[in-house]
Formats: sequence, structure tokens, C-alpha cells
Amino acid sequence: MTGRKRQKLRRDVLLYVLLAIGSLSTVFPLLWMVSTSFKSGDVIFEIPPRLLPDGLHWENYRKALTEIDFLTLFRNSLVITVLQLMSNVFVSAFVAFGFARFHFPGRNVWFLLVLSTIMLPGEVTMIPVFIGFSEIGWINSIKPLVIPGFFGGSPVFIFLLRQFFLSIPRELEESAIIDGAGSFRIFCRICLPLSVPALMTIGILSFQGSWNDLLGPLIYLNDADKFTLPLGLSMFKGVMKVEWGPLMAGSILALVPVLAVFALAQKHFVDGFKLSGIKG
Amino acid sequence: MRIRKYEGYAYIAPWIVGFFLFTVAPLLFAFYAGMTEWDTFNKPKFVGLDNYAALLRDEDFLKALWVTVKFAAVSVPAGIFASIVIAVMLNTKLRGISWFRTALYLPAVVSGVSVYLLWKWILDQDFGLINLLLSQVGLPKLGWLTEPSLVMPSYLMMSLWGAGGGMLTYLAGLQDIPAHLYEAAEIDGASGLQKFRHVTLPMLSPVIFYNLIMGIIGGMRKFGDAYIIGGAGNEGRFYMIYLYENAFKFFKMGYATAMAWILFVIILALTLLTFKSSSAWVYYESEVKGSKRKRGRAK
Repeated sequence: MTGRKRQKLRRDVLLYVLLAIGSLSTVFPLLWMVSTSFKSGDVIFEIPPRLLPDGLHWENYRKALTEIDFLTLFRNSLVITVLQLMSNVFVSAFVAFGFARFHFPGRNVWFLLVLSTIMLPGEVTMIPVFIGFSEIGWINSIKPLVIPGFFGGSPVFIFLLRQFFLSIPRELEESAIIDGAGSFRIFCRICLPLSVPALMTIGILSFQGSWNDLLGPLIYLNDADKFTLPLGLSMFKGVMKVEWGPLMAGSILALVPVLAVFALAQKHFVDGFKLSGIKG
Repeated sequence: MRIRKYEGYAYIAPWIVGFFLFTVAPLLFAFYAGMTEWDTFNKPKFVGLDNYAALLRDEDFLKALWVTVKFAAVSVPAGIFASIVIAVMLNTKLRGISWFRTALYLPAVVSGVSVYLLWKWILDQDFGLINLLLSQVGLPKLGWLTEPSLVMPSYLMMSLWGAGGGMLTYLAGLQDIPAHLYEAAEIDGASGLQKFRHVTLPMLSPVIFYNLIMGIIGGMRKFGDAYIIGGAGNEGRFYMIYLYENAFKFFKMGYATAMAWILFVIILALTLLTFKSSSAWVYYESEVKGSKRKRGRAK
């Protein structure tokens, strides 16, 4: 018995050491980011570099807000993210409800097509869609980024929400039907409220994807005052003498919304990954 | 439910419209555009399969393809392995485990351009964190992004840093493994490693399969980090970077569309190959009886 206990203790210690090494190497780069964001300009380019900042130089954050024009970028990102979120969540739910609750001729064929578009990489349609939007003069506006979503949302989300709606027992709807409710009222009053957890999870997946999207804004937006945060920050990639202090400060500020959502809705965040794992 | 026969179409109509506008029409057009020479300012000129023939002779294209395939071939299995190891370590009831879980999961939360810039800064030859650590233990500074042969290892390091983010699906899979399988193995005298090899891995194989497919697709489409970070000697010019450059820098739309088709075919082929191979190594509990019977008959 004691031998077994000692063995367990040894295993636990080994696990703690390994987990600590892993966690440290994950967190350390992020701490370096925070440290850089508080360093003064001279200390950043000191050789050898210092681990800790020389005091808290908040002016990096002030510079990020003024010189990178953080607030404009932030607002642009927010507008696109919110519009994409609305289309991704509600239009996907609307379409998914059609697939989950109705038997209509051709339903299975259409659903198979939804599934096949999940497998189709967006790169193949990217150039023709770009050319289409440039023909109607939508380049350099957010329209190409937000309008497609309102035509069907996202196929992955349609699939996930359909599965979720199928798991809602139909008895719940029957009393509403007896009361003479139409299908749209059942969708709004019964299906959506019961699906809040799934909708939250999908909302978070959509939010994270939109907030971080680089390729879309890169292709469609030309004017600096229309740039999103990822696009605005990406402009610094080729600058020869980068001011790393303000840039790291701006990068941290760009992460704040995602971190806030994670902190507030950690469970749904985690569920998002489990949910997308289930379909495998 | 008393409903009209075609009522469901009212709900899926937005998707059908979007499907034709943003999938079917672009696909048909892309099929044609891939066979044209087109700079977007003049009318497209039909050239047949010339773009595809030219791609096969284009050294930059072959290099980009090679870099991308090489990276995916190393980083996808390495990432899966690291994620499983992390998940197994986290699947214990140690005190304070949730702190480790949050820390290791952080790379999935913080992502995007902020993190790419951070890595560019960390890998900086003169002022970066990694060379700082190397110099403190007396090792020479390395040009992580300026020395072509080190660019690939740098990208690998970045992708392994994110391995904790991929751990969740495995953790969920581990928690679904019934305890009696391990108990039975213990009675048979299996060691820890044997239990991992013969119980954990087969039970996780559906999750591994899913992550393998997603990893291959994601790896072939790699864009964001490579766009920000780059790398010497075109070692950081991945397939999608070169496609983007052709389309939106050199305005060779036909050429870029042909590249997109080749990417599509490669992804499709790799996905089908993985699916085909899955019957040999992916284990679904519900299938076990059927496959046993089959094996019995073959004898």
C-alpha cells in the first residue's frame, strides 16, 4: 500500500513539473508581450534585452491610441464583427430550423449541398466573388464582408444548429400549434429561447473568427480609415524600424475583447470546441 | 403539425439564394477564369490549359507548394501528438489542474494578428526573447527568420505553442473512455504505456481522425501568420501567400484561379486519402461486432 502511495506521489510530482513547464512556455511569450508594452523606447532596443520593463510606461498605450489610430480600427472591426455575428447566428438558425422541422420535397438534396459547401475551401470562390463585387462597385466598402452572411449564414453553423434543433422534443411545440401559432412564431418563441446555449457557442465562434479575420478585409478594404484591427496592425509588418512598445500595446488592446468574452462565457467558449469536435 | 408542403422552403430560401450567388456562380466562373489570362483591366483572354502548364514550370509555385506540404506533413502530426500528451496530463484530478488547463488553453483564445506580431518580435534576431534566453545560457544568437534553414523550425515552434488550444477535443474524448477498459487492462497486467497504446489511442482515434482532416485542410490554407511573419529565402511563402500575391499584387487573376483549383484538388485528394485510410486505424465502438465477424469469415 505504501509503495503504491509513493508511486502515486512520484507520478503527481512528475505531472506537476511537466504541466508547469508546458504552462510556462505557453504563458511566457504573452508575458513578454505585456512586458514589452510597458518598456520605454530605449530599453526595448537594449542589448542584451531586459526581461522586466523599466517601470510602467503607459505612454506606449497612449501612442497606440493616437498613432495607430486604434479607436477607428476598433470601431471598424466592431461593426463588421457584430453584423457578421447577427447573420451567422440568426440566419443560420432560421435556415437550420427549415431543415430540422419541415419535410419538403428535395430537402435531403439541399442538405447534402449544405454539407458539401462545408468541404469546399473558400479560396476557390474567392477570386470570382471578388471580381463580382468589384463589377458592382462594392470594393473598399464593408458590404462584401457582411452582406453574403445574410444569404444563408455559415454552412457549419447551419449543420450544428440543425443537429441541436433535432434534439428539442417536439411535444414542446405541440401546445403552441394547438393554440394556432404559425411556424415562425414557434421558431421565435420556442426554438430560439431553448437554443440559447447553442446560439451563444456559435456566436462566440463567429465572433472570434470575424474579429481575427485578415484575408477578407485585406482584399476588400483600401482606405486606412476603413481598416479593421488585424489589417491596421498588419501594416507594421514591413516597417523597418518598428516601434515595438506601442505596437505590442495596440496588440494587447486588440486582444481585450476576445479575452473579455472568454472570461465572461468560458463555458460556451469551451463548448464551441467540443461541439465542433462532435461532428468528426 | 399541420403545415403546407413547401413551407420549409421559406426558411432555407436565403441559403439557396446565397448558394447560387456565392458558390455555384463563382465556381462556374472560376472554371472559366482558370483558363484565361486576365489582369482585371482588360478583357480575359482564353488560353486553355496554359495556366496549369505554366504553373508546373513556375519555380516559385513549386517552392510554395513544397514549403506548404512540408510544413503540413510535420506540423499536423506533431501538433496532434502534443495535444494528446497535454490532454492526457490534464485528464487527472490533481489539485489546481484548472489553472494549468486555462494556461495551456490560452493560445486558442488569443490568436490572430496580435499573436503573429508577437512572434515576429519574439523571433527577432537582435532583440527577441528567444535569442535573449539562448544568450543567457551561453548559446549563440540565431537568425530565426533571416536564416532560410531556420524559418521552417520557427513556424513549427509557433504551431506547437498553440498545441494546447487543440487539446480540448482530446480531453473530451478521454473523459468519454469508460473506466472498465482500463480496469480490464490492469487485471491483464498492462503497463501505463501499454494502456495508452492499446486503450487510449484506439478510443481517441475518431477524434484524431477529425483533427487530422481539419489539420491538413488548415495547413494547406495557411495564410495569416505567414503573411505577417514571412521568412528568408521564400521559406515563409506558403501556397496561399503566393496565390494572394498573384491575384492582388500582380493582378494575374487567371493564374491565381488556376492555383486555387490545384489547391482544391490537393485538399480533396488528401481528405479522401485520409478517409480511405481511416478504416484501418479509426476505431468506432459501435462497429466492433461487425468487423470481428468479417475477420472471422475471412479466416
